[in-house]
This record gives sequence, C-alpha cells and structure tokens, in this order.
Amino acid sequence: MSNFVFSAAEWRNLLICAGLFVLAAIVPLVADGYVLQITISIVMYTALATSWLLFSGPTNYIALSTAAFFGIGMYVTAGGIDLVPYPLLILASGIAGAVMAAIVGLATLRVAGVYFVIFSLGLAELVRQFMTWGQHVLGTMSGLYVTIDRTEPMYYWQLLLLTAAVFLVGWWIGRSRLGFALRIIGNDELVAVHCGINTARAKVVLFVISSAFASVAGAVVAPRWGYVEPGVAFNPFVSFQVVIMALLGGTHRLWGPLVGVIPFVLLWELISIAFPSQTTLLLGICFLLIVYVIPNGITGLIEDAWKRRGKAGGTAAGPVQSPVQQSPVRQKSQNA
Amino acid sequence: MDIVIIGLLLGGTYALMAIGLQLQYGVARIMNLANGEFLIAGAFSTFWFYAATQASPLFALFLVAPVAFVLNWAIYRVLLQPLVRRAKSQGKLEVDSILATFGISFISVGILLAIFGGQYLDYAYLAQPIFIFGERYGLNRVVAFLASAALCTALYLWLHKTRAGLALRAVSVNPSASGLVAINVARTSALAFALGGAVTAVGGGLLSMFLTFDVSLGVVFTLKALVIVILGGVGDIRGTIVAAFILGFAETAVATLIDPGLTLAAAYVLFMIVLLARPEGLFGRRTA
Repeated sequence: MSNFVFSAAEWRNLLICAGLFVLAAIVPLVADGYVLQITISIVMYTALATSWLLFSGPTNYIALSTAAFFGIGMYVTAGGIDLVPYPLLILASGIAGAVMAAIVGLATLRVAGVYFVIFSLGLAELVRQFMTWGQHVLGTMSGLYVTIDRTEPMYYWQLLLLTAAVFLVGWWIGRSRLGFALRIIGNDELVAVHCGINTARAKVVLFVISSAFASVAGAVVAPRWGYVEPGVAFNPFVSFQVVIMALLGGTHRLWGPLVGVIPFVLLWELISIAFPSQTTLLLGICFLLIVYVIPNGITGLIEDAWKRRGKAGGTAAGPVQSPVQQSPVRQKSQNA
Repeated sequence: MDIVIIGLLLGGTYALMAIGLQLQYGVARIMNLANGEFLIAGAFSTFWFYAATQASPLFALFLVAPVAFVLNWAIYRVLLQPLVRRAKSQGKLEVDSILATFGISFISVGILLAIFGGQYLDYAYLAQPIFIFGERYGLNRVVAFLASAALCTALYLWLHKTRAGLALRAVSVNPSASGLVAINVARTSALAFALGGAVTAVGGGLLSMFLTFDVSLGVVFTLKALVIVILGGVGDIRGTIVAAFILGFAETAVATLIDPGLTLAAAYVLFMIVLLARPEGLFGRRTA
C-alpha cells in the first residue's frame, strides 16, 4: 500500500497539477471561436501524445499506431450512436481499442522491438482496408454521420478530463511496480528478463492502456467532426504528428509531450496556413531536426540547462547521468 | 492456374525491391522506412522517361539506377552515418534510424508531390497479351519478371562470387569482427545502402510497367518489402526471394478470391504467422 503514501514534494506536485487543471478548465469561459478551436486541438493532442508516451516513453518502442486506435474509437462511436447512449459508447471504444491492442501486442511484443514498429506503421492502413471492405460487403455507404448535441466548450472539457485521466494513470504507473519494470526494460531488456520480469506481459499491458486512451480520444472527437469515413478516421498523419510532438517535448518526463504539443500545434497552424501544399515536406524536416538537433526534446534541454546552472552554483555533487544513457550491456543483446 | 502464374510474375518483381531493403537492413543495419518512397521515385521517373521519349522503360532503368545510387550514398553519408557513430547500441541505432528515415520519407513524399503532383500515374507499355498454357497474361508483366529475375541472379552471383560481395556478407554477419579483418565497415555499409536504394528504385521502375502508382503508396511498398525481408530472414537473399514469391501468391490469391482492396491484409496475415511461428524468418539464423 506504499503506493498511496505521498511525500511532501508529491503533494506539492499534485496541488500544482490540480491548479493547472482548474486554470485550463476555465479557458472556454474566456475564449471562443478560433482560439477555442486551437486550444481544443492542443488538449486533444496532449491526451494522444501523453498516452503514446505511457508506452513508448519508458520502453523506447516507437508506436506508430495512434491513428488506428483513434479511428477505431471514432468508428465505434459512429456505428453505435443511434443504438446506445453516448457515455456507454466511450466506454465501448476504450474496450474495442484495448482488445485490438492486446491482439497486436501479444503477436508482436514478444519479439524484437523493430517488428513492433513495422507492424504498428501499417496498422492504420490495415484497419482502413478492412473497414472499407466491410462496408463494401455490407453494402452500406462508406461514410457515417455522427450527430449529437454538443457545444465546443463541452468537447473541450471532455478532452480535458481525458487528459487529466491520462496524466493520473501515467503518474500512478510511474509509482507502481509496473512502471519500475518498464524503466528496466527500456534500459536493458536482457537485464529485465534476468531480474524475473515478465517483459512481454508488462509491455502488452502498457500498450493496451496507451491504445485504449487513443480510442477514447477518437470517440470523444467523433461527433465534433460529424462525418466519419475510413480515409479521415484512419489518417496516418495523426500517428506521425503525435510521435513528433512527444519527441519534441521529450520522452523522459510525463509532462514532456505537453511542452511539445503547445508549440507544435501553434507552429503547425501557421505552416498549414502559409504553405498548405508543402505540409508533408515540412513535417519531414521537423522530424529530422528533432532527431538530429534535440534528440532528448525540450525537456532534455531544460534539464541540461538546469544541471549546468546547478554545477555553476557549486551544488552538484559529481557527474549526473541522464537515466536513458546508461545502457552499456545492451549492445550485446541484439547483435548476437 | 491464373493465380499461380500471376503470383509468380508479381513475386518475381517484388523480389527485387525486397532485396534492396535487405541490403539496407541486413548489411547497413538501417531500417529504412523511406525505402518505398525510392521505389515510387523510380516508378515515376520511369513513367516520365517513357512519356518523354517513348523508348522502352527498360532503358530508363539505366538512368534511374545510378541516380538512386548516388542519392542513397549521399543520404547514408550525410544523414545516417552520424547516427551510426552516435548510437551506443544496436537498439538505439534502430530507434534513431527509424525516426530519421521516417523524416526522409516525408521529405521525399513532399518533393515527389511538388514535382509530379498527387494524381495516379500509369502508362501503357507492351499492353498486349501473351499466352502461357492457353491463358492470357500481360506481356509487360512477363518482361518485368524476366528483367527482375536477371537482376536478382546477377546480384546473387555478385554477392557470392566476388570479393566485394564477400565483404558485404561479412558485415551483414558481424560488423565489428569485419573491421578486424580489414574490411572498411563504413564504406561497405554505405555501398550496401546505396546499392539497396538503387535496386529498390529499379524494382519500382519495373513495377510501374504494370501497376498504377500514386505518391501515397510508398508506405505500402515499404511494408510489403519489410514483410518479405522478415519472412525470408534478415541477411539471407535466398530467403528474400522465396518470401517474395510467397507474398506474390498470397496477394494474388486474396485479390482474385476475396477483394483487391485487401492485399495489405494478406501481407499482414503472413507477417503475423511468421512472428508467431518463426520470428527469425524462413532462412534466418536463430539468435541466442
């Protein structure tokens, strides 16, 4: 039960987060129109990028499947909107995403990480093909209308709640045995196996949690888009943007994606207005810049600066290593 | 019978593009997610060459191959080698190279969109029937298959009979030990990467003789090539060729019997089976 005993610093952090949450919650009361739209997309991408981080952050397995789960959530909502009450659909979307993540995870997470990355890369396209085919066989139209009475601030609050849930779950995982196991896996999978950690199970569980959140995000947003169609719901761009935002922020801290999402959404807004036909090219350039110039993201930069300041002040005792860079044994594990 | 022959013809052409990726991943250790974009670039250049000159697209390949070789060489030297040097482990290199080539793939798509636009491109070359066992097949498919088979054979012989090929195979088995026996690993990796890119682009040129392309298809071909490489086993050309035929058959069977929209699903089913039953691939070495 030590999970529920908080230190003073943790109480402080919790209070800060609660304060930020309340601040974020009053945004729709003061903003509307275009500003509110941008904040909605910031909150949505924060939820998606942070849930992506839950799995990919500690394990270093780049999941490119956000769009697949996001789309599934949209489709579950669109398909059931006339049959079941909306809150149940949100739950159902989460379960549908979790089930698919479990299947994918069980098949791909037992072997080398690179196979998982490849599999996740095509997952959205695969589900899209199946959906298109299914609708073709059933003879229904390729698109579905989702009409429900909601205002923009309501979407905002729903997404904000979802984001808060992602943060709480992420924070709880970080404190739990599961989170500890994942950090060991991320540092050196071989060591983790020798410690008696069931690495496959830990990875699958985290992937399921992370994907279920993406599906719920899809379910929340579906009625806002109004019309769900395979090409839109399973747009692979969503996956790539989520990955790039999380990387920009940095993947070593739970709040990393938040730091990446805000500047990226604003920048992307500018780019897609100024160069509407070159977005793909510019997204690629952003990718390369992040990989080469700031491999540890903005949070990495902040922490480095913090450390340097600490050293200059003469308080730092000995060399401090960032937790991800200490994996000398790992070389052997995959070369053999 | 139809399925068998069309699958054979398709698989033979797939073999070439997959060998390209095999060289890049098996030897240079770069999981190149921009592979499909080079295939598309090869296909588009061939289209463009044919539209401009009306000469056989096969001649275009003599132009496509060297250009793709030089481009890939430059990409490896400028963008990927720093990652190889920076990487502390194979795992870290994989993550970095996946992200970097992902970025490269987006940039390539952007450039291709700017040059060729977003529409579907195809052309009619040798669109006359040829009769095999009394059934009609497109002559262009047969020609593409023969060209691909010739190139695969040449590559196989080059890898297994020459000194340079031996060096490539040595690096593929163990880069650090290859360095000890006086193989220039950096150079050999760059060569393998560049050659792989050229082979893939030529594969794209051949595929363009009978398939319709648009810019967004690059990812799909990257996935197909990856499935083939993994199915066949990383580091083994024979496996790649066998796996390419298997994928060709599977896709043709699914397309004719169920729905042409499900070809990627066929590849994925194969992928799942391999991962569950034999993760090291058909001809792969079982890792300890």
